[in-house]
Amino acid sequence: MARRVGMEVSIAISEAVKLANVDVISAYPITPQTHIVEHLSEFVNDGELQSAFIPVESEHSALSAAVGSAAVGARTFTATSSQGLALMHEIMYVASSLRLPLVMSVVNRALSAPINIWNDLSDIMAERDSGWVQLFAINGQEAFDLTLQAFKIAEDPRVLLPVAVNLDGFILSHVIEPIELLEQQEVDQFLTPFQPVLRLDPDKPVSLGAFGSPDVFIEVKKQIEEALIGSQKVVTEVWKDFGRLFGRNYKPVESYKTKDAETLLITMGSISETAMTAVDVLREKGQKVGLIHIRLWRPFPFKEFLQAIKGAKVLAVLDRALVPGGVGGPVGLEVKSALYAKDERPYVAEFVAGLGGRDLTVEIFIEVVDKAERYAQKQKDFQYELIGVREK
Amino acid sequence: MARIDALMPWREVPLGGAILEPGNARKFKTGDWRSNIRPVTDREKCIKCGMCWVFCPDMAYAHREDGYFDWNSDYCKGCGICARECPKEAIQMVAEEE
Repeated sequence: MARRVGMEVSIAISEAVKLANVDVISAYPITPQTHIVEHLSEFVNDGELQSAFIPVESEHSALSAAVGSAAVGARTFTATSSQGLALMHEIMYVASSLRLPLVMSVVNRALSAPINIWNDLSDIMAERDSGWVQLFAINGQEAFDLTLQAFKIAEDPRVLLPVAVNLDGFILSHVIEPIELLEQQEVDQFLTPFQPVLRLDPDKPVSLGAFGSPDVFIEVKKQIEEALIGSQKVVTEVWKDFGRLFGRNYKPVESYKTKDAETLLITMGSISETAMTAVDVLREKGQKVGLIHIRLWRPFPFKEFLQAIKGAKVLAVLDRALVPGGVGGPVGLEVKSALYAKDERPYVAEFVAGLGGRDLTVEIFIEVVDKAERYAQKQKDFQYELIGVREK
Repeated sequence: MARIDALMPWREVPLGGAILEPGNARKFKTGDWRSNIRPVTDREKCIKCGMCWVFCPDMAYAHREDGYFDWNSDYCKGCGICARECPKEAIQMVAEEE
């Protein structure tokens, strides 16, 4: 039976990685990700996990080693945050383009400067287009579950792409939550050993990462794009499987009190739980407010998103990253794009908030809902509003 | 320029653009363009040390049975590294004939 244990979320993730029985962990410490790989290195040192642990000299090397490891057919894990993810940028594209199914925890933290160790989504949003499957956890249990699921998604022969499991730095990674850990035999039922389709093997030599002339480059990119879009079907299957085995169900887009809702908050990550509390408060006052949070960010689940917002008159999008010189934040951009072709579309009010770890409270979500409804009434023409910025 | 033999539809391109056939570089002739100079070895000076073969970045040199090294015009780019590295200055880069 599953054990319910109070533990730090980072430790729960390392437990998930251990249960996934990874062959190789390649990592470099960076706040706030460090506890995950620190704990994994202890497992390896204590003989509790039979894995190679590669301590490298930078994140560029961490992901490069992970790419090499996945290329020989080893189940591979790494983790990083912020500047570390930025240093991996070059290899992010290589991992997806070579179709290597490694898994990474991205403990979201603001990018410098000013140097800041707290949470926002600017790190992963800079990697939005790297061709990885990107998932967002809203609590510790999800972070644990999504980590296990990520291996199954990545390694599916129909996918063969790297998966990034995002969780908010500190406000999720460092909190202690009750987590239902799975037993090894339960995990083994769900996650079978990695069977690579193509791997580096001296007995059957292939070259991975060769030159791609203009004659072949577009075809390779098309393959990756199709695999990424197609991965949604596999993600859904994996979630169905997981739900059947362990009773916890996941969807690409989750709805909270959306029935009859006229205004919907749209969020990603752990702030969604705070936003739910705000929805409860507003519902008590009789306001028809709901929430949807996006768990599967890439590939973006357009169909499920449009289904989830059906009937809503106002969308209040809360982004935690800025697209400088653009029109707000990445989630807002996606939402507006998804709606463009629709004849009847809700009013979209786009807000950017919580940058660099500024607290996002229940009161702020209530403020955002109020503003969105007021702006919708006036049909206010604006691109986005930065919440919490001091004017004087 | 070298050509890809088969212009495959995207579904048939090996996973991630992998090369499944070892040594298929043999099929690609990369020497159909060259700088307008080419190496010429003076066999009187050559000591068969193979430095040209070692340093050639395109692996255009091949070891002959008699111990000398010949370059293959399908691969030589005319870079002149062999001439620079030859310890006996036996290799001269000469202008291509029109």
